[in-house]
Amino acid sequence: MDDPINPARLRPRHSLVVRLTHWVNVLVLLVLLGSGLQIFNAHPALYWGHASTFAEPWVAMTAEPKGQGLAGYTQVGGLKVETTGLLGLSDGERRGFPAWATLPGYRSLAEGRRWHFFFAWLFVFNGLAYLAWGLASGHFRRDIAPRRAELSPRHLGREIRDHLALRFPHGRYNALQKLVYLAVIFGLLPLMVLSGLGMSPGVNAAWPWTFEMFGGRQSARTIHFLSALAIVAFVLVHIAMVVASGPLRQLRAMITGGEPPPPVSGAPS
Amino acid sequence: MTSIPRRGLLAGAGSALLGLTLAGCDQVSRSPGVRATLARAEGLTMAAQRLILSRTALAREFTPADISPDFRANGSLRPAGTAYQTLVASNFADWRLEIGGLVERPLSLSLADLRTRPARTQITRHDCVEGWSSIGQWTGARLSALLEEAGLKPQANYIVFHCADRLDAFAEGDRGLYYESIDLVDAFHEQTILAYEMNGADLPVKHGAPLRLRVERQLGYKHAKYVMRIEAVESFAHIGGGQGGFWEDRGYEWYAGI
Repeated sequence: MDDPINPARLRPRHSLVVRLTHWVNVLVLLVLLGSGLQIFNAHPALYWGHASTFAEPWVAMTAEPKGQGLAGYTQVGGLKVETTGLLGLSDGERRGFPAWATLPGYRSLAEGRRWHFFFAWLFVFNGLAYLAWGLASGHFRRDIAPRRAELSPRHLGREIRDHLALRFPHGRYNALQKLVYLAVIFGLLPLMVLSGLGMSPGVNAAWPWTFEMFGGRQSARTIHFLSALAIVAFVLVHIAMVVASGPLRQLRAMITGGEPPPPVSGAPS
Repeated sequence: MTSIPRRGLLAGAGSALLGLTLAGCDQVSRSPGVRATLARAEGLTMAAQRLILSRTALAREFTPADISPDFRANGSLRPAGTAYQTLVASNFADWRLEIGGLVERPLSLSLADLRTRPARTQITRHDCVEGWSSIGQWTGARLSALLEEAGLKPQANYIVFHCADRLDAFAEGDRGLYYESIDLVDAFHEQTILAYEMNGADLPVKHGAPLRLRVERQLGYKHAKYVMRIEAVESFAHIGGGQGGFWEDRGYEWYAGI
């Protein structure tokens, strides 16, 4: 029988640690993205392997003569498209990403690196605090790990249909959400740190596996870039989901903790 | 329709807010206090890397098949001035490497002298701070043997490399000259050499002839080219801009392991 004053029931929707680490992460990821794009702009091309093959990058943002002036181009593999104003050339200046996307806005690899490495430490400390608390408090086991029943194709199929119809269940997290959070928390974010370390010549010497696991430093740089894009994609979908499922209620919950969610029938509390 | 002007207003307000935020970011980026705070992370990075990096940890060495056919040259590609041109014309016959400062026995070595000193050949990856990498084979005199020959005085903490190139033509006096410095942990590392050969041939001018530092495990700008004079010092605060190197004086990390 459910105990009506079971304290687990009275847990707010989001615990204090989740809320704190969430908002620290918002700030930290924004700074890391902007400063990361500033660093990328110092050599706006990507390669695979240990060393750069300058004549054959697999991604490159360039500015080339066109008519009377210059045009920005982005090349990905064998595909090359004009991206003037956004990539390759913006505000009449040769640069990979435009000024509004980089930190600082003006061109400074040195300052971009300072921001990046300072906030990389914050990212690691914040992430470790969240991981340690998530394990110790049972947050991962209780809220993030999907239950066996949630992983059945029938259940997942229903959730996908519900999502497409913008119908969201009012439990703590649904199964699709749990799977994506798991992939981000234990896959994407650690991959970001690992591929970052994979580019450090000092760390590479002490721990060669940091670049060997990616197949070389240039591969690590490519993976770092692609993982950053994946985080941006996650955040966009995350925000879209918040907007679609009651933005004020969701925002309030992430700030104040929110109401305890209603019990899910059949699931242990 | 009232929604269109309202949407326009919202978009306007949104872009104004974005503009203010971005201008704010640049303002914050330029503030000396913020810069000093951000720079503190370098100490943490160095401490963390030194913790995992023993003095004997070697940078990965590659095979001849891995050597980059397109090894990029960066920074100065040919120092200006008649003094250097004269050296090039005579194939560096009159060039001498001066080793001085806080040493017991100052040295003046020709290229031929350097070739008789303990040497090392290594195929390593050169990691530019800009993000690219190239792999090359380097042969040179081991810095540790040269420093032992000169005999460091106990007060010596850093080794400074003075170069022939002026990379910033607009800087006043000595401020435009290229120089670099490393501490004794890196100076005595097995892979730290003064390279006179690259890929089995004499070091090309664009890569720093006649001599460049190879301090593996750090970024490209630490690998000073056109090395003319080596000075053992207690502190580098009085040299150049006081930050320990040409790029360090321009905001880059002195500890370039990341």
